[in-house]
Amino acid sequence: MSDRLPCRDFVELVTDYLENTMDATLRARVEDHLAECEGCSAYLAQIRLTIDVAGTVEDDDLSPQAWAELRAAFRGLD
Amino acid sequence: MDPTTEQAVAALGDVELVRRLRDRDERTFALLVPAWSPVMLRVALGHVSSRATAEEVVQETWLAVVRGIDGFEGRSALRTWVLRICANVARRRGVSESRVRPVGLHRPDEGPTVDPGRFRPPDDPYAGGWVHGRAPVDWGPEARAVTGEVRRRLTEALHELPARQAHVVALRDVHGLESAEVAELLDTTEGNVRVLLHRGRAALRQRLEDYYRAEVGER
Repeated sequence: MSDRLPCRDFVELVTDYLENTMDATLRARVEDHLAECEGCSAYLAQIRLTIDVAGTVEDDDLSPQAWAELRAAFRGLD
Repeated sequence: MDPTTEQAVAALGDVELVRRLRDRDERTFALLVPAWSPVMLRVALGHVSSRATAEEVVQETWLAVVRGIDGFEGRSALRTWVLRICANVARRRGVSESRVRPVGLHRPDEGPTVDPGRFRPPDDPYAGGWVHGRAPVDWGPEARAVTGEVRRRLTEALHELPARQAHVVALRDVHGLESAEVAELLDTTEGNVRVLLHRGRAALRQRLEDYYRAEVGER
């Protein structure tokens, strides 16, 4: 069995894990740890949920004023 | 962007969008501007210091896109091409501003992203493990339904992140850009993008945890 991965270390590795930028050895250690740690499994699920919620956010658009100016400029293009 | 605009843009596809922009079709322009300006504003804010300037960058970019549409060769997605133009316009504005460009996309933050008090101390037999009673707990099946209130809370939390974390989380998780593209548009490394993403996501998760635990506590 691989060396124990402390939970405190897992939470700092979670982004590399999700972005898939871990080497295979470390990835295996992380997955071994997740299999036996409810807290870290919950943490991972929560980060995933956070990302999902972020995907539904409507980010700020141009102000109505800026859009009006832009549309006027568009109409003025030759 | 709202789902219907997104669908409309996706349904048209790049070839048709380019054709209509070449024809100076105003309806298409009026569809694309609200669809892509939010992500463009994020790119601009990575280089210039004020929202007003970022809006000017986006306006200037759109006009450059329309005027220069014949320069799009289809080697990338149209949105990618537009975002690169936006980054170029933003860089020029950022350089000409009297300030040096916004602090520290090159200086990743440091320190733990989860309250260290939630982990057992080094002298504990289970050093680094979650303290009993302070481990994350499943938020329950209701949490998977993203309500308006949850979205509102996360949007609020996103606005309260340090600027560089907010821009990276927005570009990656709100707008769906790959880390490599985020790094290119913000003139930084993928490694640095991941650090900012990591810190931003951790802070957002904490805000949602506070919300869900408050909800559970009220039942």
